[in-house]
Formats: sequence, structure tokens, C-alpha cells
Amino acid sequence: MSGVPWGETKLVQGNEAVALGALAAGIDFFAGYPITPSTEVAEILAREMPLIGKKWIQMEDEIASISAIIGGSLAGGRSMTATSGPGFSLMQEGLGYACMTEVPLVLVNVMRGGPSTGLPTQVAQGDVMQARWGTHGDHPAIVLAPSDVEECFRLTIKAFNLAEEFRTPVILMPDEVIGHMREKYTFPGEDEICVTPQASPDVPLEWYEHYHTSATGVSPMAHFGSGYRFHVTGLTHDTHGFPTRKVEEVVSKMNRLKQKITRRLDVLENNRLHDIEESKVVIFCYGSVYRSALAAQKILAKQRKKVGIFRPVTIWPFPDRTVKELLDSKEVILVPELNQGQIIHEVERLTSDSVRVVPLHRFDGYEITPEQLVAAVQEVM
Amino acid sequence: MSARLPYAYRYLRAKKKFPHVWCPGCGIGIVMGSIIRAIDSLGWELDDILMVSGIGCTSRMPVYVDFNTLHTTHGRALAFGTGAKMANPNLKVLAVMGDGDSMAIGGNHIIHASRRNMDITAIIVNNNNYGMTGGQFSPTTPRGAKTSTTPYGMIEPDFDICKLTEAAGANFVARGDVYHVVELDGIIKKAMSGSGFRVVEALAPCPTNFGRANRQGDAVNMMELLRDNTINIAQADKLPREKTEGKIVRGIFADKNETGYIEIYRKLCDRVSSGVKK
Repeated sequence: MSGVPWGETKLVQGNEAVALGALAAGIDFFAGYPITPSTEVAEILAREMPLIGKKWIQMEDEIASISAIIGGSLAGGRSMTATSGPGFSLMQEGLGYACMTEVPLVLVNVMRGGPSTGLPTQVAQGDVMQARWGTHGDHPAIVLAPSDVEECFRLTIKAFNLAEEFRTPVILMPDEVIGHMREKYTFPGEDEICVTPQASPDVPLEWYEHYHTSATGVSPMAHFGSGYRFHVTGLTHDTHGFPTRKVEEVVSKMNRLKQKITRRLDVLENNRLHDIEESKVVIFCYGSVYRSALAAQKILAKQRKKVGIFRPVTIWPFPDRTVKELLDSKEVILVPELNQGQIIHEVERLTSDSVRVVPLHRFDGYEITPEQLVAAVQEVM
Repeated sequence: MSARLPYAYRYLRAKKKFPHVWCPGCGIGIVMGSIIRAIDSLGWELDDILMVSGIGCTSRMPVYVDFNTLHTTHGRALAFGTGAKMANPNLKVLAVMGDGDSMAIGGNHIIHASRRNMDITAIIVNNNNYGMTGGQFSPTTPRGAKTSTTPYGMIEPDFDICKLTEAAGANFVARGDVYHVVELDGIIKKAMSGSGFRVVEALAPCPTNFGRANRQGDAVNMMELLRDNTINIAQADKLPREKTEGKIVRGIFADKNETGYIEIYRKLCDRVSSGVKK
């Protein structure tokens, strides 16, 4: 097989769909380091990218990998890396650098059991908070969590687009079950998908500001070698990219980093909602757990028990307003997670004391089953 | 002297970013001068040059030069540079690093950039310590030397940057110092004009930290030490061994013409893409 099988129906693996999504989005440069359970992404791109003259490299570690894609992105390539748990930890400094320097890139983190080496071949959702707060300092975060093969494909394209539109790293976080499972999937036609083109400045060379303050907080980024010569540093910088410690410039930079996300939450928010309005009990879940929730909902329906499902596809920024609006009136919110409790704290934060927020944790390397969810719902109903 | 100003100014962000952060007597500015003279004599366009650095005193250099400039995280200049070079092979990538940046935290990257023969010129200013954080020992601090973290003297052996990178496969490996500036100019120019991975170690004084901790006197005294304690490889070869004992050898140690990574990758693409519709 070569390239994206536009319009074809195939049995496709989640990680494979991520790799094909990257190709569909016009990836120019991939740098990575082998790690289970993400390796298929690198392997497929290693096979495909040289065929079309695109750049692929296996670096010496994950730190080098994220560093390389930041360099690649600044030099004009649409860039991605793929990793998992320990590799994601190693990439945190580079991730913060990309946030600070506003470099678009896509980081795929296929979640496995942790901490440390943990359960390399088994599923977990333990990196949700690390994806939000893993790198030091306040910083923006856009994190997408697919629940099926189609989303692995489409959200990878979306991740490239958002990275471009927001000039920031976007993290795609399938859990191991999603990365490794296979489903029948009919790929869209090539003309059915939208790829955001790389923006480029059109101002005269001497007017260019690498961090021009626009209404959206994002300005078109020039690339190295384009004729616009600019400086990039991880030090807090002014609008031209040079280091600054002037209070007003520091505050302006930090505010803009935050506000370029918070002012456009509507563009980022993406939830799948099922029967929320008519249900007193809602399952709040993401990733592979959503699949079990859908199955559990059907089983419970046969028992004439109605439950709603709330799934954030974009996990960060968290859909604060919608959660407050739709869930604060519920009796029970069940929050099943493949960890010891991470997203549940966000749900608790946004709901009143009258709402029972009930955890369901599983962290033994296996998925949460529909039966577990049915039992948990029966207990609270 | 005044006649020379306009030419140097062409390469510097002279009006905006000076004075620089380096201490009086620091050798890094001299290395920057060598780099600029090399670029000028090679006739490179400013737009085509990417200067990438890590963290430390040397890594502040990109602010002052009017190229595409990238000041990255500690130790990672070569990894960032690798990505930029891959994505845009037209860029002429210069990585400027210090001894701590390139040999300690960035040690993994320099051996692999050498092994790959990645098309980057690495210029390592070796002042034997971490200057920016106040003079701690680095992997090139000589045995016995005092630094703020070796108050009783350095007990570890030091790295030989040139031997390390030559053994790892770099196309071009050379050492110069900031006393023998004309020689350094020539070495840097030669390094820049080649392909593959090219390494220049430039010995430089750090009078503020290393010099003070080891009672090596002021900046002038430290320059004299470079004059007296180093020897050109051609001279060293002519002298009996006992006369060169303890001296640091300057010169070009490796000058191979292996195909660089970028060209090898391009050939791979050509080979595998024939017959594939794009």
C-alpha cells in the first residue's frame, strides 16, 4: 500500500490511521524514537514518506525528536512526532519550548500504563494531566482524544490544522486500545477533507514581527530561509522574538499565550453528547472508555434505565461552560477513567455539591468493560 | 579600523542588540568575529544562514548576528538544527555551543550528529566550565582544576572533544583558540565550506569564573596561557615528544569527504520514489 487510500474501505488500525491522517494533512517532516505502543506510526511513515520525498528521521531519543520537529516546523515543514508514556515525559521540556515560541507541531502520545516503564503494552489514561500541566510554567494546551479509527484519521488532520491556526503544539492522545485496535473504515475522498494551509506573512521584510499581536493573538509565522530573518528563543521575548524582562512585555506575552486559546474556545470545543437532557445519570468519559459506555447504555436501555453520555473529544481546553450548563443539574455523574482519577477533578470543580460525582477507576492495564459500567450505574440508580 | 566597521555591521544586529552579555576578557566574541569573517569570505547570504544554539554563554551568540537565529533548550542545538536542515536543506546550519552544552547535556546529540554526518557546522567554544551559572565544572574541566562545584579540584577525567567527534564519524574535526585568531578564521572557514558534520573546538578564556578560581590571572594572562600551552599540529609533528608534552594540539584532525546525511537521504528518496505516483 502506498499513500492515503482515498475513498477505499479497509480494515485499519488506530495507529495506522494516525499515520495516514498525517499524510493526508500533508506532513513534511517526522522525527521520532521507537516506543510501544506508538511505534506503528513511525514505522508506517518511515515506509511512506521517502516515497513522496518527505523527510523522516529516527532520532537518538525523544528529547532529540521533539527538538528536531520544532526546528523542522520553524524551517517550514509540517511536523509531527509520536511517542508514549516515558517518551512523553522526556518531551515535556521541548513541548514547553514549542508553546513559548509558538511553533505549530503535532505530538501523538499513545497512552500506556505508568508511572515509569509501567505496562508498556497495556492501556491507560494516566497522561491526561501531564498533557495539560506536564511542562513547567503556565502554558496553553490543546489535547484531542480519539475513540475510534475514523477519529484517529480525522483528528490527526484536525491536529495539524489547529496547530497551524493557533501556532502551538497540539497533542493527539489515543489510549493504547484505540491505537492498536482495528476497525473497518471507509476513507473519505481527497476533496472531502480540509487542510489549513501554512500561513505566511505578507508584510515588507523590515515590518515583520514574529509575534505580532493580532485580534486572535496569532499572527502568520515566517519560516527560516524565507527572507524574513527573525530570532527565536525560549526566553520570554518581545514581539520581535528577542529576550525581554520588561514587565509590560512579559505580561503581554503571557496573556496572549493564554488568551489565544481562551478567546476561541468555541473553535476548540468538541463534545459527543448522548441523551444528556433526558437522563439523570450521565457517564462522563473519553477515549476507549466511550466505546464501553455506548455498549453499557444499550444494555441499560433494555433494563429501562436511561443514562446519558458526555464525551469531550477535545479534552484540553476542558469544556467548562458546557459541563456546567448541562451537568450541574444531574443527580449522578459517573466518571470512569483508566487511571486513579484525573479528569474527575475537573468535573467536580464544575458541579455543585448536590451532584454526586462518582469515580470508577481501572489501572490494571485492562479496559473498562460495559459490564463494569452497567454495574456501576445500577449501584447509583 | 573605521573602514572595517561597515562590513562587520552587515552581519550584526549592531544597533539593536548591543552591548552584549559577555564579560570583559571573554573569548566568545572573538569566535563570533571568526565566524563572521568566514561567512564574509565565503560570500554567504544572510537569509540562507541558520545559527542555532543551546543554553549558556556561547549560546547567547545568535541574538547578535543578523541571520535566521534560534536559541533553543540546553544541549539540544544539534537536534533542532537537524530538524531545520532536514525540512529546509538550503539552510546553512551553524550550531554554536559551549563545552557543557555540547559535551554534557548535549553529549548524546553530538555523537549521533557525528555518526550521521548531519550537514551542520558545530562550533564549540570550550572555556572549561559553565560560565553562565557561575563557573561549575564541565566535562572539559581539566583534572585538578577548581570550579565552584570542584572546590577540592576536579577528580574526573575530561573529554577530548575532537577525539570524541572524530571517533563518532564527523567529516571534519579541528581545534583552534582565540589567541591564534588567524588560524581559527581559516579553520572555521574550512569547516563551513564542507559537507557532513563538521566540528570546530575553539579554546577560549573565562577570566570571570575559571580563570579566577584557578588563579590564572586576568584576561591578558589567560590569552598568554593559550599562546604558551597550545601548539600547532604541524609544529608538534616536527618536535620530539618531550617538547610537546602537556601542550594542547591545535589544527585539523579529520578532513574526510564522506557524503553528508542530507545528500544520502535525498538519494534514498530518489531511489525508492521512482515509479511511485506523487
